[in-house]
Amino acid sequence: MADKISILIVDDEESVRDSLCNWFIEDGYSVECAENAKKALQMLEEKDFDIILADIKMPGMDGMEMHRRIKTLNRESIVIIMTAFASVDTAVQALKDGAFDYITKPFDPDDLSHLIRNAAAQISLKSENEALKRRVTTLENVEDLIGRSEAIRKVLEQVENVAQSNSSVIITGESGTGKELVARAIHANSPRKYFPLISVHCGALTESLLESELFGHEKGAFTGATFNRKGRFEMADGGTIFLDEIATISPKMQIELLRVLETKSFVRVGGNKEITSDFRVICATNRDLKTMVKSGTFREDLFYRLNVVNIAIPPLRERVDDIPMLVNHFIRKYCTSMSRDLITIEPAALKQLEKFEFPGNVRELENMIERAIVIGNGKEIRLKDLPLGREVRDSTVESLEELEKKHIEQILDKYGWNVSRSARALNVDRVTLYNKIRRYNLKQKE
Amino acid sequence: MLSFGLFDRAFLRRVAAATEAEYRYPVISEECHSELNPYYNPARRQYDGDRLLHHLPYCTKSDYLKIVGLFRVDLYIPVLTYIFGQAVLGDRSAIVSVYRLRNELYGLKQDEGLLLSRTIKEVIHELGHTFGLIHCQNLACVMHSSTYVEEIDLKGSAFCSSCREQLPVMPISP
Repeated sequence: MADKISILIVDDEESVRDSLCNWFIEDGYSVECAENAKKALQMLEEKDFDIILADIKMPGMDGMEMHRRIKTLNRESIVIIMTAFASVDTAVQALKDGAFDYITKPFDPDDLSHLIRNAAAQISLKSENEALKRRVTTLENVEDLIGRSEAIRKVLEQVENVAQSNSSVIITGESGTGKELVARAIHANSPRKYFPLISVHCGALTESLLESELFGHEKGAFTGATFNRKGRFEMADGGTIFLDEIATISPKMQIELLRVLETKSFVRVGGNKEITSDFRVICATNRDLKTMVKSGTFREDLFYRLNVVNIAIPPLRERVDDIPMLVNHFIRKYCTSMSRDLITIEPAALKQLEKFEFPGNVRELENMIERAIVIGNGKEIRLKDLPLGREVRDSTVESLEELEKKHIEQILDKYGWNVSRSARALNVDRVTLYNKIRRYNLKQKE
Repeated sequence: MLSFGLFDRAFLRRVAAATEAEYRYPVISEECHSELNPYYNPARRQYDGDRLLHHLPYCTKSDYLKIVGLFRVDLYIPVLTYIFGQAVLGDRSAIVSVYRLRNELYGLKQDEGLLLSRTIKEVIHELGHTFGLIHCQNLACVMHSSTYVEEIDLKGSAFCSSCREQLPVMPISP
């Protein structure tokens, strides 16, 4: 760490500069010196320093003024003010202006060492914090939204556009298409990303439970409410609330939800205190809300309140081009999590996957790959490892003749065009097979 | 090794022997009788380490590879209240003072063995800087930084393997 930290010493006294420079070089820091504030500011224009040790009294611009200028340059450097005159007022002023610390010359070697160690620890914490923030961003990034198809690109474009706003979003798509992933991607790319993303699966809860879950409850509000509990809206303060399966909520909850969305305030179950929360709402459903509005099962006013932006995720069968990428992604994901060597998929298996209907969409594909890795041979995913059943879709309807031709060709290939053996396998005599070969104009491949 | 002031000869021999053993360079001990008054700062009642360090090469006519000055007086550099020793990285000279290495200064019982051990460590440490070594993170290494005397006691008097590797090839066998 020490060899990476850069220090700028600003002092008009050469002996001070030299002594400190020598001291810090011996500690393994990268050190540069400036004899006045003007030169220091010039150096800062060209290069960043982690720590700046500045004398408070210098001809021309003093250390305090220089510190203010450094702040206006928006530099992240830690500034330590040095002075030969211990004055509580100037020390307080320097600290008020944001200086890291204040040290009186001459320094006790241990104090100086301690001060620089503290500053270095702060720099280390800061960079660690930034790295963690980057890591959080990466974890919740759009990396799970795999695909290069036009359809998925359009979704990613919408995610990017909508992330920066505060608008409510409805994500629609069949079950397993990745609605929650899209919600996470919106949250992760929004200014709210450092606040929580709270997910509520509305379909899994009864009306009373959902009410308590969303708004929280006070102790004694109902049997079993033995303590106060924060609701999901309250937990999402500053962040985003994701309401999955929004179409399943009862008419009563629809009214409650509408009121909360309009006022951003609510009362806990059994409570009387108004609680406000700053959250963004993202909903998801696999049902057609417009039809539900027409049929009167979903409130029109709530629909328009929620449906500011609509993101429709296409089913997997409409983005077949993404299947190879998704397969590779899931192979990597599960091989890593199972601590196995990376495996491949045999071309025939991949071809069949591309023909599969996938009623359960990406989730079904993911489960299929996970299962294949578990039961497979550990080298590659074979066709027999995939539970494709009869749902393989074929784009062209073939005639009986076409199928017969293909089948005969396959058998002939299998037996190296030995007509007798092929005829036996097909359960026909050799003459019939010769006739078929002639009829379909079959030829042995070179 | 140039000593300034009255040192016990046996003490100097032991410091020189320990330094020679660690560096595997012959160490020659010389007594020096330079006047130190010009380096005295009456306001601080201490001697200016920076200026003594610059003066050191003029105190001997011999063409030594490295010179370490051993003092009995309290040393300082302008920006610090005191120093145990001082050297410029990669330079020829280093200085060490036993003044703040004595137990008596801290109200403790005199301990000549401890003083010798501390002096050896500081001489080897400061000379290490003249060979281009910076402070080492290894707590046991002699190049570990010590800003108070107890820290000197905690570290060893030998180089860690990493610091030793950075030293030039030693000309004599131990």
